Amino acid sequence: MTSATGDSDVLTTAPDALLLGFARALRAAGLAVTPDREAGYLTAVATVGLGDERATYWAGRATLTGGPDDILRYDQVFTAWFTARQERPRTPAPAQTPPVVQADLLDEDGNSGEDGGEDRAEQIHATASAVEVLRQRDVGAMTVDEKALLASMFGSLRRPQPVRRATRATPAHRGTLDPRRTLRRQLRHLGEPADLAWRRRGTRSRRVVLLVDVSGSMSTYADSLLRVAHHWVTGGTPVEVFTMGTRLTHVTRALRQRDPERALRAAGETVPDWSGGTRLGEALKAFLDRWGQRGMARGAVVVVCSDGWERGGVELLADQMRRLHSLAHRVVWVNPHRGKDGYLPVQQGIVVSLPHCDSFVAGHTLRTFDELAEVVTRG
Amino acid sequence: MGDDRYMTSPQSASELAQVLRRTGYLVDEALATIGFLALGLQRPLLLEGEPGTGKTALAEALAEGLDIPLIRLQCYEGIDASQALYDWDFPRQILHLRALETTARLSPDGGTGSTDPTDVEKSLFDERFLLARPVLQALRESPAVLLVDEVDRADDEFEAFLLEVLSTYQVSIPELGTVKAATPPIVVLTSNRTRELHDALKRRCLYHWIDHPGLARELEIVRSRAPEVGERLAEQVVAVVQRLRDGGDLVKPPGVAETLDWARALHLLGTSELDVESAAATLGVAVKYREDADRVRASLDRIIGG
Repeated sequence: MTSATGDSDVLTTAPDALLLGFARALRAAGLAVTPDREAGYLTAVATVGLGDERATYWAGRATLTGGPDDILRYDQVFTAWFTARQERPRTPAPAQTPPVVQADLLDEDGNSGEDGGEDRAEQIHATASAVEVLRQRDVGAMTVDEKALLASMFGSLRRPQPVRRATRATPAHRGTLDPRRTLRRQLRHLGEPADLAWRRRGTRSRRVVLLVDVSGSMSTYADSLLRVAHHWVTGGTPVEVFTMGTRLTHVTRALRQRDPERALRAAGETVPDWSGGTRLGEALKAFLDRWGQRGMARGAVVVVCSDGWERGGVELLADQMRRLHSLAHRVVWVNPHRGKDGYLPVQQGIVVSLPHCDSFVAGHTLRTFDELAEVVTRG
Repeated sequence: MGDDRYMTSPQSASELAQVLRRTGYLVDEALATIGFLALGLQRPLLLEGEPGTGKTALAEALAEGLDIPLIRLQCYEGIDASQALYDWDFPRQILHLRALETTARLSPDGGTGSTDPTDVEKSLFDERFLLARPVLQALRESPAVLLVDEVDRADDEFEAFLLEVLSTYQVSIPELGTVKAATPPIVVLTSNRTRELHDALKRRCLYHWIDHPGLARELEIVRSRAPEVGERLAEQVVAVVQRLRDGGDLVKPPGVAETLDWARALHLLGTSELDVESAAATLGVAVKYREDADRVRASLDRIIGG
């Protein structure tokens, strides 16, 4: 099992197969990896030498990525592909089904499960406790590895299920008297008094509108917030998602895909003003003019995710928040910084908006995202 | 000429890092590896990143370090092949024609072969009337560093043209024939991402995103680039700039170029220790938007004090 690298456990397969597999994995993750890029990658790795892990990392990054948006994804796949392989237990042990569901989080190459044993159990234990810790960590301050692990945890979040009362009543066992049905029953019995019929107004799902600030100051949180948005969109409740920066973008359609990575990538391609400045007031006005006033915001729970840094004038923002509040059922403001120690809502945007918000909540950890879902549901 | 490059060409990434360090350009491991790959694979290097992170400076350092000429092509909106590749010197061609006319008139018996129209035409499209623009110049003078600066400012068509040149390293001039580089020049493209480049061009290149340097490395850069600035002042300026960047609420966070400018400006004013007044007075060197300046000024005590 000795190979050119000197590290015999890494390469149970031929090196080019391993590298090409990595390129394929990147393609599956949504990077535009073409055959000529793969060829370039192999040549580049051969030039720097396969033994140098850091150099192979950079060689791959230079040949397989094409923009700063690709880099995070590259890091995640790189960690999953190469680290997971190195960490495989050396001694084969009797197969055993892992008792914890989170077992596969770090292992994405399909090698989990069969090669279990004690090492495996330890790994699972470590993963499980990492999961607990990550739930309470600030997503803006995480490393790439933690983010990769975190990305798989969004699926377990709660989804909001706000409801409104339905307009029509439906037959029920309790509730108010249903005169029409009662009379019909009596008629069926030729006017003899029969059972009383009851009716009740049921509930319908209430629409949720998410307005996510994707400006530069929110860049560390935008990814997580959009993951939350994706998770919500794929649930049963009607959820509409917009991103706000220097302009407003409707990303619901892009987020409807099942696979979170693809959905996020699609959304990322839709949004033209990633990490730019913020013009909250103008973005809100655009939302209200084009969608909100016409019905999307009416009676909906509108969630604004922003830190309140406003580049435009705050008067416009205040006006638009007032408008929004008068249309929407509830307005919830999510500020990632709120949960941090020593935070004071002193940003101009926040100060003028707070009077028009029903709730002001934190949104920087998975736990707070769960709480957010509850706040939205409660409405 | 061609062999010279290979004799001085670095054999490893760390060797390249040393070569660049000698010119005062400090690279991290990533950039050294990718630069080494660009030299080894003879592929263009596409650098993207915030303004002021040293994209252009890398090309300059490469040229200086490897002791080969730097040929710069600054892109702008509407640039076309005649400005990048070659052009015919039209006034001189006209002058040449006039000269031919005059000589023919002065010697009425003619006699010389120069009156033949084909020959005259041929003499018009001679090497001496050819104006070599940067790309052609680089192909001819190679080994050289060809810097295609701010390629995102040029139009899509120009990108397609660049792609053609960069994939074959040759150019055909209909009147003269094909010019092919003996050794491909080292090509560095820079982009500020004002628009997304075409994927075909990106595929052809090695891609690297240059980030702002960390505290230690930026301090090292200031020391090597502005050695006249005092140690204490350099440390303070770098620390403040790093904090401004980390704050993440500026429209345009200051780059390394701004750090250097600021340190030099403060030094020029005779400051040896950064305090709130001197920082506020020279803030315009580092922060160039009014909103940013207001924001920074408001929190200057905290940034410098803490």
